[in-house]
Amino acid sequence: MADQPTAIERFINGILPENPVYRQLLGLCPTLAVTNGMKPAITMACSVAFVLLGANIVVSLIRNLLKPHLRIVVFTLTIATFVTIADRFLAAYFFQMSKTLGPYIPLIIVNCLIICRCEVCASKQTVFVAASDAIGQSIGYGLALSSVAAVRELLGTGCLFGVAILPASWPDWVIMVLPPGAFITLGLLLGLVNWIDMKKSGKN
Amino acid sequence: MTYLFDILMIALTAALINNFVLYYFVGICPFVGVSKNVGMAFGMGCAVTFVITIASMICWTITRLVLMPGAPLASFVAGLFVPEAEAAHIDLTILCYIVYIFSIAASVQFVEMYVKKFYPPLYKSFGVFLPLITTNCAILFGCLTIMNHIVGVDNPNDIWDLGRALTLAIFGGVGFTIAISIMAGIREELELCDIPKPFQGAAITLVIGGILAVAFMGFTGVDSGIRKALMPAPEKVAVIKQIEKRPLMVADLELNKLSINEGVKK
Repeated sequence: MADQPTAIERFINGILPENPVYRQLLGLCPTLAVTNGMKPAITMACSVAFVLLGANIVVSLIRNLLKPHLRIVVFTLTIATFVTIADRFLAAYFFQMSKTLGPYIPLIIVNCLIICRCEVCASKQTVFVAASDAIGQSIGYGLALSSVAAVRELLGTGCLFGVAILPASWPDWVIMVLPPGAFITLGLLLGLVNWIDMKKSGKN
Repeated sequence: MTYLFDILMIALTAALINNFVLYYFVGICPFVGVSKNVGMAFGMGCAVTFVITIASMICWTITRLVLMPGAPLASFVAGLFVPEAEAAHIDLTILCYIVYIFSIAASVQFVEMYVKKFYPPLYKSFGVFLPLITTNCAILFGCLTIMNHIVGVDNPNDIWDLGRALTLAIFGGVGFTIAISIMAGIREELELCDIPKPFQGAAITLVIGGILAVAFMGFTGVDSGIRKALMPAPEKVAVIKQIEKRPLMVADLELNKLSINEGVKK
């Protein structure tokens, strides 16, 4: 990269061209673990967005003070602080949801997506660019999570957001809401995205 | 006997029934990234098992002594500044995540230095994986599970001791090694297959992971079977025998399906 992309480019990049899940294969653990329904997926995406935004802004503010060999530790500690805030907030206002998500909220700390964004973008850019990058990436991440969750919830229970969509005669594919369904759904969606990509580039 | 049984159950659950990778989805990144050949995958698995054991030992100690509500060390230090009665209820659980991630990072660093100094061949075979392990979800997940069994229980007798915590950590690591080695074995064979182009790489790995997860679902219920076999409750034995004599009926299958559905909705 000779010239660094501008704030708007970074914002758009995060949503589709460099989608964190489908293109960069980052943050796969929550993508698989909390996508058995739309509600947990959206909550997860919001928590990740909050943590990513907070961490990116803080890291960007202190980027001139960072020592190269200590930077990863500083990143993780910053992220851990924001995750604690998000976790306490969820436990206070959405108790049921925080029980459902369980250990996956604290596991945001080791989500490669956030560390990667801190390393690639926030530690080199100004606050404004870092923040727009964080928002773009979060939207991309939210889209990816909800796409997986929509497929799994629809096929697994015939509902979306707990509201019945498919007719009652739909035989619930229980396997889709169980762990194996997550792997298979994400694998097939990934293949689909690659296929669409190839078709597009073939035409050009 | 009960203790031994407990240990056995924890080990079995962590390694096979609720496999870290295939049931809890932690450590997916190395599962997809470093599973290209069996040797490397096994090395990664060993490194993770090694670090997870040390990290959970540290985390158990810190949680027991400092972080849990009314922990001895924390209350002692607080007792120097505030009245005794207040100090006895001190609760530092909110610091858990920060302390855990810090101690994991530190222990990875120390393990790396130690192995480099005393076991150079081992260090060479671990290679780049060792520093990468800091951001492996499996380690933090192990620590958090242990924390849940210390902080999250109401009855003080149910708090896990170091033996139980270590069993969970070691066998969680073993489960990770099993899963990633199987995956690497399959992927080595895949090299010879004609995979559709869009599916090459991560996509096919995830689909295979799904099939493996189906296979590991077969272990569900092994724990209750062993429980039944090893320690039959005297009053229940007669009932169990009666049920076993009866041929399996359609109604039983329906019941099974119902309970699975309910389990999912919960």
